[in-house]
Amino acid sequence: MGAQNRLTERTIANPAPAFVAGALLLLIGVGALLGWLRQPRELRLDPPAVADLDQFRRMPNGISGTPPESYFALGKPYETDAYNLSQGKRLYTWFDCATCHGDGRGGAGPSFLDGWWLYGPEMVSIVASIRDGRPHGMPAFRSRMTIEQIWQLAGYVQTIGSYTPKIAAPSRNDNEHTRPAENRGPAIILFDEGPLGAHPDQGPSP
Amino acid sequence: MRVASALLISAVASGCSGNQSALDPHGAPAIHMEHLIIGIVAICTVIWVVVMVMLGVALLRGPRAAADTAKSEAWLAMTVVAAVAATVIIIAGLTIASFYTTRDIGVPKSDALTITVRGQQWWWQVFYAGADATPGFQTANEIHIPIGTDVHLRLESADVIHSFWVPSLAGKQDLVPGRSNSMLLRAEKPGVYRGQCAEFCGLQHSHMAIMVVAEAPADYDRWAASQRGDATMPADPDAAAGRGAFLAKPCAACHTIRGTAANGTTGPDLTHIGSRLTIAAGLAETTRGSLAAWIADPQTLKPGNNMPMVPLTSAELQNISAYMESLK
Repeated sequence: MGAQNRLTERTIANPAPAFVAGALLLLIGVGALLGWLRQPRELRLDPPAVADLDQFRRMPNGISGTPPESYFALGKPYETDAYNLSQGKRLYTWFDCATCHGDGRGGAGPSFLDGWWLYGPEMVSIVASIRDGRPHGMPAFRSRMTIEQIWQLAGYVQTIGSYTPKIAAPSRNDNEHTRPAENRGPAIILFDEGPLGAHPDQGPSP
Repeated sequence: MRVASALLISAVASGCSGNQSALDPHGAPAIHMEHLIIGIVAICTVIWVVVMVMLGVALLRGPRAAADTAKSEAWLAMTVVAAVAATVIIIAGLTIASFYTTRDIGVPKSDALTITVRGQQWWWQVFYAGADATPGFQTANEIHIPIGTDVHLRLESADVIHSFWVPSLAGKQDLVPGRSNSMLLRAEKPGVYRGQCAEFCGLQHSHMAIMVVAEAPADYDRWAASQRGDATMPADPDAAAGRGAFLAKPCAACHTIRGTAANGTTGPDLTHIGSRLTIAAGLAETTRGSLAAWIADPQTLKPGNNMPMVPLTSAELQNISAYMESLK
């Protein structure tokens, strides 16, 4: 009886190492596949595609508009691509956006995180604001940045003010975090409805 | 087999000569370290040979029956004691030698010429401090030092960890964000010594070289005086047109050229770029052609670097390259 028991135990115990090894191999395989599938970096956009980025159409009132067709063909890289968002974050520092907009919560300039977009949350509006400037102190960066850099920066600004967190995130802060990180949708957390009627031109909610 | 091993040895050893080799030292710290390297290798080689010979003898002699147990016991004890004593003495000796070498390559006195090197992805920003009468200046990817003089390097980083390594002159030292490391640099004879970032720092880590130009004190003073000066207005009409284009385009938002309105700080200071040996951290020699190639398409020459491709007409490109070349 005892011998019989041992035999049964062994028969049951035996498949375990093979299963563990198999699962481990599978895990390693999945890891390798995910590493291989990482988002490719488009480091050099062809000059005609870059030139096309300047050719977006705007509504007559300067708010919103349509990006060029090629932008959709590229897969909206400045909104969804982690590398471009990281470069946008670098440009936010390099071009001293924080002097007026702080960490995104505003200062001398408007906040990106209170949920209210003065000119709408579309990429085209943000790109136009950076490229051409806006009344009340927003300077034009047309002669200081290339159009590709402007799209990268606009993508970053849109990400921190986005109403839904994006899957792609820029690199982490080197300094202390002063607000929720970009990939957590800081604008959702810091949304400020403001006093009733503060933004009558934009309706009751953003 | 013999040919193959000779080829292998020559291939490996060829990495140990030329202007970027720890075994071709031209500065006091590197010379101290070469002595340490050779000393340790020599001692360890002797020990290894002795151990191998004894092992071989023991294997060949084979086991024997002990004739006199008491006598062989005493012999064994003596051998073990001698081996332990030799080990202690040799290891202590190597430790002491290493300690003295470390002390000799340490930080120089505070009155030494101080140069601040700031690592960036993927280039070296270099600051020469000014004194009361003489203003400081900034350059990039190139350090000039007077020979026979201790130079104090302050090493900082703007983004990630880099490592400063000019093998012919000194050892390695990391550049760590948020802190300042010190290092002694010294060259005994004139020459151009190539250095390399020695800590993986991103896509273009391999294209992050630095040139150390060691020259006679009089030559160094002349160089420093010319670097302190502002950029002059170029006489060549092409270069003058290039100056206008440079200031009108986004170039000026990232680069400084002292003496003009260009005062960006995120890219290398270009005030005297024409006087430097290489562009883009050792990527190419400084010629009008290489400058034009770089400005026309930086992302093809050094993918991932932070210089954007600025759309220029061919005339603008030629003029700006001529202007860059004229900034001696």
